[in-house]
Amino acid sequence: MALSKEQIAQRIAKEVKDGYYVNLGIGIPTLVANFVRDDISVEFQSENGILGMGPFPFEGEEDPDLINAGKQTITALPGASFFDSAMSFGMIRGQHVDLTILGAMEVSQNGDIANWKIPGKMVKGMGGAMDLVASAENIIVAMMHTNRDGESKLLKECSLPLTGVKCVRKIVSNLAVLEIIDGKFHLLERAPGVSVEEIQKATEGDLIINGDVIEMKF
Amino acid sequence: MIKKTVANVREACEGISDGMTFMLGGFGLCGIPENIISELVRKNIQNVTCISNNAGVDGFGLGLLLKKHQIKKMISSYVGENAEFERQMLSGEMEVELIPQGTLAQRCEAARSGIPAFYTPAGYGTEVAEGKETREFHGKMYVMEKAFEADFSFVKAWKGDEAGNLIFKGTARNFNPAMCGAGKITVAEVEELVPAGELDPNQIHIPGIFIQRIFQGENYEKRIEQLTVRKRN
Repeated sequence: MALSKEQIAQRIAKEVKDGYYVNLGIGIPTLVANFVRDDISVEFQSENGILGMGPFPFEGEEDPDLINAGKQTITALPGASFFDSAMSFGMIRGQHVDLTILGAMEVSQNGDIANWKIPGKMVKGMGGAMDLVASAENIIVAMMHTNRDGESKLLKECSLPLTGVKCVRKIVSNLAVLEIIDGKFHLLERAPGVSVEEIQKATEGDLIINGDVIEMKF
Repeated sequence: MIKKTVANVREACEGISDGMTFMLGGFGLCGIPENIISELVRKNIQNVTCISNNAGVDGFGLGLLLKKHQIKKMISSYVGENAEFERQMLSGEMEVELIPQGTLAQRCEAARSGIPAFYTPAGYGTEVAEGKETREFHGKMYVMEKAFEADFSFVKAWKGDEAGNLIFKGTARNFNPAMCGAGKITVAEVEELVPAGELDPNQIHIPGIFIQRIFQGENYEKRIEQLTVRKRN
């Protein structure tokens, strides 16, 4: 079975280590916060200006002056801080944020990512994604392996306008965990019940398979 | 003490005219200068260029100016929440320049700080870098971006004093500080305007030197864009 969005988030949460400052993108990445082990210390950064972002507020306690980058109402945890956008992106470009998790429409085998524009169809803008992918050392992409028509989104070359070049190292899709090394996708883990052949078929880019590929554990 | 107070939003917006470039603080609908936006709509200023991270929603924030076709050009990083915006953009009625969010903030800060241009890694190798100077530093490629030039900066703070000193609240801070002093004239609207001496100088986020006019907004709707809550167990 391919992973659900929650399961993708759950698998990515295992990559979050003690002491990390983490930036979560909109969509599946936001869900990662729900699955991080509670015996480690992690702070979530939202690029609109908070470190130490907490869960959604209880009904009636929402504050219009306290939102995340997805414009959702949030809370601030003990030890949180607020800052302006220039400082926020200083943190990001200056590589003070340890891990960036974001979504993608396409990723290429050399680590290019496209996630901000479909010419003529969808033009929402890049938000902070270009700053994040250009600066972060440690980027994990959460994505669906194929589009609605079953076409691969893990490609030799991206067809959509790029967000950043040669920046993605790790991908967690609904089918697999992959790493990008020397311009090729390397298959690390497969979703429970999903065969290597299925993953191969869903991957347009070059896929390296070394020996037995382990099944993900939750 | 140099007094920056003006009586109301009308006085605060004196001197604005058609064709000008404005910077407007806010992230989504959080921390936007609501009273100034209403005044821009009332005055029906035309053909303006707006530098703002987002473009409001249909019926609120900059969406109000969009509806009346007052905006000639938007410079933003994300515009996803506004159907009228998308329509005007795709039909070519309005020009749109989408730029990375950190670049937007830094172009404001550079304008305020007398830095004409700077290098950032954001957008290198993408269409954002097309036509721009690029340069390698320490083995990595960067794109040269220029400081903004704007006629007015419109910002919103939580508290302010007569001297123009500002304190922001929560994530309503966002782009507001970087825009203070970045336009030729900075107008700040605040929820609470107090006499000089009442704010602790240690707590000031933006000193009054960057502010030319300050007033207390009459009304704040503070609309929430995405209300998300937890149920109590």
